[in-house]
Amino acid sequence: MAIDMNWELMLDGNAVGGLLIEIFGQDLTALWSTCPDCGRQGELATLRAFTHAPGVVLRCPACDAVLLRIAKTTRGVRYDVRLVTKDGFPQASR
Amino acid sequence: MKSFTLALPRWMPHRAGQHYDIRLTAEDGYRAQRSYSIASAPQREGEIDLTVELVENGEVSTFLHQSAVAGDRFEVRGPIGGYFVWEAAQGGPLLLVGGGSGVVPLMSMLRHRAAAKANVPARLLYSSRSYDDIIYRDELEGLAARGDGFELFHTLTRSQPAGWKGYARRIDDRMLGDVSRVFGAKAMTFICGPTALVENAANALTNLGLRPERIRTERFGPSGT
Repeated sequence: MAIDMNWELMLDGNAVGGLLIEIFGQDLTALWSTCPDCGRQGELATLRAFTHAPGVVLRCPACDAVLLRIAKTTRGVRYDVRLVTKDGFPQASR
Repeated sequence: MKSFTLALPRWMPHRAGQHYDIRLTAEDGYRAQRSYSIASAPQREGEIDLTVELVENGEVSTFLHQSAVAGDRFEVRGPIGGYFVWEAAQGGPLLLVGGGSGVVPLMSMLRHRAAAKANVPARLLYSSRSYDDIIYRDELEGLAARGDGFELFHTLTRSQPAGWKGYARRIDDRMLGDVSRVFGAKAMTFICGPTALVENAANALTNLGLRPERIRTERFGPSGT
């Protein structure tokens, strides 16, 4: 990935822990998951987080694949999950 | 840099390394939210300390630094985080690497360690721009002087006072080797700071033979969701 402003502002999954609690009703930062593209495994907190946009994007730190997208709109929360978890990803609680 | 104490009506013990989200709502309904690491030890009941860096044009930090007064009420959510956390029962040895305000969650771990009277060997390598930029300077010196197995290593990257005996450059492989070597491969490692520092330190420590699964990182920076 190019060293650009997105890189400078990049955080990690830990930074969106509160947002995930708000949407899914639980702390998911320690959730263990696998990247479906490269097979890299790790806790959600270790994913790269891009939060300076209308939505939030979590990417694989190994291959840069987009693993989770969340957008809050006036009609509710939209999200798209690609990371693979043993017991599935929780459903939004609101 | 300012530290704030928040009294929590529904306090629950946190784990050292966790954070809280603070949300401010303006009179017109505009909302801004930021995450701040907890600086205090979980043993303190009913309240937490947050240490907040003033960020240029930062909506929340500017309010906290310039407008907030004792007695103000805030909307908070937390404690948050199940990954970048350390409890004394996990043992060590504990290797902490921090840059700038990235030292805040590491301070919670050190305060927790001291309050638990844990004597697991611990080392902090802490990078600051100058002597005056060192957060918790006196308290860290005090902790290091207790002789309970905690050792403190400073590096000052921009300017150093006369007679400075610490490191005087950015954290690099050689410095990390000096600080981590006594702990060997089994050190439980926490790295918190800006992305460049976190990436470089994690890569260097992995190359030095530390087990990747025992290296935990948190990138620190202006956040907003």
